Amino acid sequence: MTPATAAVAAPGTQSFRLGIIIPALIFALLAVLPAAALATAHDYLLDLFTRVMIFSVAACALDLLLGYAALVTFGQAAFVGLGAYAVGILASHGIGDALIALPAALAVAGLFAFVTGIVCLRTKGVYFIMITLAFGQMTFFTASALAPYGGDDGLTIASRSTIAGLRLLDSPLSFYYVALACLLVTFLFCRMLVVSRFGRVLRGAKENPVRMTTLGYAVYRFQLAAYVVAGMISGLAGFLLANATEFVSPAYMSWQRSGELIIMVLLGGMGTLYGAIVGTAAYLLTEEWLSGVTEHWKVIFGPALVLIVVFARGGLIGAVGAVAESARRWRGD
Amino acid sequence: MSLTFLIVQTLNGLQLGVLLFLIAAGLTLVFGVMDFINLAHGVQYMLGAYFAVTFYSLTGNFLLALLLALAATLVFGTVLEFLIFRHLYGRDHLDHVIATFGIILFLNSAVKIVWGAAPLSLPIPEVLSGSVLLMDGLLYPVWRLVIIGSGLAVAVLLYVFVNHTRIGMLVRAGSTHAPMVAALGVNIGRLFTLVFGFGAMLAGFAGVMIAPILSVEPGMGDTILILAFVVIVIGGVGSIRGAFIAALLIGLVDTLGRSFAVDILRLVMAPSPARTVGPALASMLIYLLMAVVLYLRPTGLFPARGR
Repeated sequence: MTPATAAVAAPGTQSFRLGIIIPALIFALLAVLPAAALATAHDYLLDLFTRVMIFSVAACALDLLLGYAALVTFGQAAFVGLGAYAVGILASHGIGDALIALPAALAVAGLFAFVTGIVCLRTKGVYFIMITLAFGQMTFFTASALAPYGGDDGLTIASRSTIAGLRLLDSPLSFYYVALACLLVTFLFCRMLVVSRFGRVLRGAKENPVRMTTLGYAVYRFQLAAYVVAGMISGLAGFLLANATEFVSPAYMSWQRSGELIIMVLLGGMGTLYGAIVGTAAYLLTEEWLSGVTEHWKVIFGPALVLIVVFARGGLIGAVGAVAESARRWRGD
Repeated sequence: MSLTFLIVQTLNGLQLGVLLFLIAAGLTLVFGVMDFINLAHGVQYMLGAYFAVTFYSLTGNFLLALLLALAATLVFGTVLEFLIFRHLYGRDHLDHVIATFGIILFLNSAVKIVWGAAPLSLPIPEVLSGSVLLMDGLLYPVWRLVIIGSGLAVAVLLYVFVNHTRIGMLVRAGSTHAPMVAALGVNIGRLFTLVFGFGAMLAGFAGVMIAPILSVEPGMGDTILILAFVVIVIGGVGSIRGAFIAALLIGLVDTLGRSFAVDILRLVMAPSPARTVGPALASMLIYLLMAVVLYLRPTGLFPARGR
């Protein structure tokens, strides 16, 4: 074990083992899911889980900020929306190749993160939450006012992006695996980031910003870099989302969407990265299931959220950990 | 652009401003005193409007409906505080955000179940309907003037209440030194409940007053909530005075920006791009204003002392 991995959790401990087993399990399940979906003729599962993976990409980015940098941002959906709009606007001008659209999506989201981050990160606590929320709303209303690109109604994309001229994203199955690859790369990249020196400075600043500053780290710059990285990853999610739905709309950037992303991260348990994936799956599958039961599914889901916050802190992963812990104690080791 | 149009838009801006103040006042007090982020505050505004519609259809009297709706939002806010929010004080801000977000999801859907998804309307009271001639060629709806007047009256009452009463003194003390106030023998929990219920009632009042102009529909509180957040962030969290000034500022900038952005842009660019850029720029204006204020003063224009 390198010292870097030890910083996440001591080798041999419960959470360290969970940190290897759970992600491996998640990705193995996601890799074999299409076979099961096709074998049982439940094709909709493919679309549903593609959606889960796309939002998981954004949720991982958000977890980087929430769980590791303690930056409670309420405007993450804006970056997803910017990425999606980059695809939509380029497509409407006849540029539909991912080799241009993807870098554009990342650049737009990253640039917006950089510019707004400069202002946002000067503020702390409540002000930070509010100012990120406000910038999110700003993009929302700006997109709504973009009359040439659909305005309120959104923009339909004629066809999915090509990759170097090849129509690789057209079939649901290949799109599924592209999304899976994006999620895997995102997960590994974020994982690498949080165990690196960069990640440790962020986590140190989360615990005690004053101490990190006196140690000589320019905390502001590290946080800004994290904010930009998270923005760009969300832009990637936006690129995928626009291609999945072949449609972009201001609704992608609404503050409710940002709230949902936070819930996804919290539901799984923040500060683990794989918790974000579990939480996203839990949220979207619950939504799918409840909305099939009743159109007023939020009447059930809303109070459930309140109960989770009041009683079950640490999310699903936290609950699993707690159960595993008590089982271990019960066995007496 | 004529002078009358400018005056009309200025009055509209003032009207939006006082409306924002009514909502932001409760929000900033809850923030300041309890350090609690209440996203569900916009829901109180929506409920105020819905309650007023129901009580109006029951009583047929606007004033009675207003009073009953105020009482109902007060009770509702207090119950919400008692059942849920008091368990979350002292928790992480993230917990506040999620729990109150859950309440928004629930209430927006519950309103659809109870009142239906279709927009409802509340008539303007007979005496106050119609328009009044303010100056030559300037007719202005009486009800909008009533909103401005009642908002300003609430602002004055609130000023007197916070600065010149005993409870107001406790609220001010509680907003900066809550543990000390508790140590001096004040039941800080009861004070919190009171502030919360009162803030909910103010938001409800805003909802009732705006209901005759806007349509009453689910989710109507969500957009105004964000504006109220912008107001309290610019004004400085916890400061009523800051909220008042920022509310009027936001109301005026937003309304005038939307009315004149295209005209102003046409001075510097061709008409057709101006018509495209204008609305987009106008809707960004208040957020840009907020960004500039926070860049220069990260804790707002009038930060409450001690935080």
